[in-house]
Amino acid sequence: MTWEAVIGLEVHARLLTESKLFCGCATSFGAAPNTHVCPVCLAYPGALPVLNRRAVELAIRMAIATDCEVQPRSVFARKNYFYPDLPKGYQISQFERPIGTGGHVENGGMTVRLTRIHIEEDAGKLMHESDRSLVDLNRAGTPLIEIVSEPDLRSASDAAAYFTRLRQILMYTGACDGNMEEGSLRCDANVSLRRPGAPLGTRSEVKNVNSFRYLARAIEFEIERQTAILESGGKIVQETRLFDPAAGETRSMRTKEESHDYRYFPDPDLLTLEIEQSWIESIRGTVPLLPRQRIARYQQDYAISAGDAEVLTADRGIADFFEATAAEAANAKSAANWVRNEVLRVLNDRKTELADYRVTPAMLGRLIRLIDSGAIGGKAAKEVFDEMSESGDQPETIVEKKGLSQVSDPAAIRDAALLVLERNPAQVEQYRAGKIQIFGFLVGQLMKEMRGRANAEMANQVIRELLESPRA
Amino acid sequence: MISGSIDESLRTIRENDGRIHAFLHVAKHDVPAIQPADSFPVAIKDNLVTTDMPTTCGSRILGEFYSPFDATAVARLRAAGGVIVGKTNLDEFAMGSSTEHSAFGVTRNPWDDTRVAGGSSGGSAAAVAAGMVPVALGSETGGSVRQPAAFCGIVGVKPTYGRVSRNGLVAFASSLDQIGVFSRRVAESAELLAIIAGHDPLDSTSSRVLVDDYRDGIDSGVSGLRVGIVGEAIRDLKGEVRANFDAAVEVYRRGGAKVETAHVPSIGYSIAVYYIIANAEASTNLSRFDGIRYGHRSARARTLGEIYFDSRGEGFGPEVKRRIMLGTFALSSGYYDAYYGRAQKVRAKLRADFATAFKQFDILLTPTTPEPAFRIGEKVSDPLSMYLSDIFTAPANLAGIPAMAVPSGFSSEGLPLSLQIMAPHFQEKVMFRAAQFFENETAYWRATT
Repeated sequence: MTWEAVIGLEVHARLLTESKLFCGCATSFGAAPNTHVCPVCLAYPGALPVLNRRAVELAIRMAIATDCEVQPRSVFARKNYFYPDLPKGYQISQFERPIGTGGHVENGGMTVRLTRIHIEEDAGKLMHESDRSLVDLNRAGTPLIEIVSEPDLRSASDAAAYFTRLRQILMYTGACDGNMEEGSLRCDANVSLRRPGAPLGTRSEVKNVNSFRYLARAIEFEIERQTAILESGGKIVQETRLFDPAAGETRSMRTKEESHDYRYFPDPDLLTLEIEQSWIESIRGTVPLLPRQRIARYQQDYAISAGDAEVLTADRGIADFFEATAAEAANAKSAANWVRNEVLRVLNDRKTELADYRVTPAMLGRLIRLIDSGAIGGKAAKEVFDEMSESGDQPETIVEKKGLSQVSDPAAIRDAALLVLERNPAQVEQYRAGKIQIFGFLVGQLMKEMRGRANAEMANQVIRELLESPRA
Repeated sequence: MISGSIDESLRTIRENDGRIHAFLHVAKHDVPAIQPADSFPVAIKDNLVTTDMPTTCGSRILGEFYSPFDATAVARLRAAGGVIVGKTNLDEFAMGSSTEHSAFGVTRNPWDDTRVAGGSSGGSAAAVAAGMVPVALGSETGGSVRQPAAFCGIVGVKPTYGRVSRNGLVAFASSLDQIGVFSRRVAESAELLAIIAGHDPLDSTSSRVLVDDYRDGIDSGVSGLRVGIVGEAIRDLKGEVRANFDAAVEVYRRGGAKVETAHVPSIGYSIAVYYIIANAEASTNLSRFDGIRYGHRSARARTLGEIYFDSRGEGFGPEVKRRIMLGTFALSSGYYDAYYGRAQKVRAKLRADFATAFKQFDILLTPTTPEPAFRIGEKVSDPLSMYLSDIFTAPANLAGIPAMAVPSGFSSEGLPLSLQIMAPHFQEKVMFRAAQFFENETAYWRATT
């Protein structure tokens, strides 16, 4: 009989606010140590916390995006423990009454239920040297949300996919920048095994999993470790384990007996957080369409393939770029091709962020219009696109400057075609003798003669007519 | 109306504080600074942070700590002409009723220097009573302004919770703490409170209710005022404290007040509830004193654990340690519901009982303390008996209502006795009017000058 893995994730996401959760200090990453600090986040005597409204707004936005119920009343609590990166000796978090409850995230074909979303403050950072440890409190007090899932995941790949999906939603809503290298997104995994259909087994909690790959590896390791214990008749100990990315394994941090009693209680320095329905509704208006909704719409309204829709919606910026391009071009199919093939290629080749990209949806949309109206040909369009990406010039300007506008005048094409046939009598003879493969060569000569500007369709048609018709 | 010369205040402190020991720091104003006409000297309890003097909270754990900011109340005082002549003694972190728990020695009662000045704001009370300053700030958690005011024969006011910003008040029990004022005359306290009261964006629990003009109509008497005597509080009260209280009630009756017995059935649980909630909150409020960022760090600490254990072990006094342990226990897993959770329920009941009583009454009266100032050393080894000093005062902190102590005469030994007036939330104005009436009719304050 096999073992079934039961996995739930606790994801910590740093909220994209300008200032910290309970004081006015900046949240920026990478500043010199202890430069973004004040009496509040240093826990000086007499300093009091004042809640950041923007942080609450972003938490609500994420709650709405995951179909959580936003609680009209939630409570901040103190989580008490001593550590040098925790200036107050307690973390302000939410415990019994979180801001969001319930909710779910669609993950491929399956639904992962959410237990809760709550707001809390981050701790500072320790830097250990050989003979001393240093404390940097720049990060202390930056706002986080913790998103806790039900144990609905069954494999390492499920978990990694769910984490990816959650990150995508966090970034779509603007709640979090999703930057895992800078620690904006962190994950703990609860893993247990059971016989299918049996009650939940004893779990271990794996901490410090900061990439999709590590998450999958950590869970795989845990499943193997627990399986080995259970197969040999042993018992799983409830404990907290730390993932070591270098070794690719988890190690015991502390068992349940050694765990802290955090002595949670409502923080008397803060009032009950009361959220009016009207505020929730106005925030609801700022929640963008999510990937899942966009994929459905792209397939339905634009007849775009599921695969293309997935690629186009992976990043909200790209999806927005595509939608704006499609609107400008009045040709979603073509917009999808350009964005998927060309825009993403350029961004990737140049390691450029969309925000710094010189081509706007309006420019790309007009380029597509130029193609659709026959003003330029496909080959010229590529040239215009590359030039736009390079210089940021408008497509019309580039067409003008480079003389790339397409010739669709039948008389001009016919004149040029006659010239080509006259110069290549041998090939004409071969064609007429039945070697029809030579057709392509003659069209190519015509395009060359017209420096690529001939309307390709018309060029084909004219050459065929001249070859098929009685000798002129 | 609050007036006094800064130089004279400093001189009086120099002359008398060797005996009283009301001050932990005295400002260095040796060369008389030119002060604006409306300036006045004021003493500040040393758990309010100031940029120009250290803040010790009466504890060794803070070392020579200077705050980078002024408490909001201090900043408002300075803006209104208050000149801080010194910072006053207190029980360590305001935990106590006698200042005997100060790490820097006891404050003596100006009426009898073998007796305590009360606490925890004993230094501020003694400084006003001894004429060193006209007014002073203290802080309350369970009676730490009213009880020393009573012991020292002066006026002491604890405003409604949220009336004065707690920003810069070093926290003892956040849901109970409130800055209060001392003076010899009722009107001075009204004026001082008006200066420091009002909403502060730096304290989430500070109220947006507008501050009344406390002195408007303060002399209009008590005719028709509905005065309740808290029956449960005085039921077992005997002796001269009872006689003094009855006489005080009679003053109101003569003034035309409608005096009746009021009922606050849950008031008897106040001390038990208070010491659970206050210590629970204190146990975590004091976690920030960890020897990491400021304050005392043990010289012998080598490891992280030693920094915590030794710094806190050396820095905190025995009463603070006792309360941290009691509070930690009350919040512990498995005990939370039985202690902290239940205490919160009883506290809600107490609030409701007061709300019901205030439907019938404009103010409620009790004595401020069950006895006059006790002798130094008398209770210091008996914490429970010390805790009972708060029996009449703690209910107002738990309910968040305003309350004040007004001098009401003297014991046979010549020690001050005191009347407590309580009022509904944000009804300081009626409380001051009732107190002013009592002061006008009795003038016990004269004996203090």
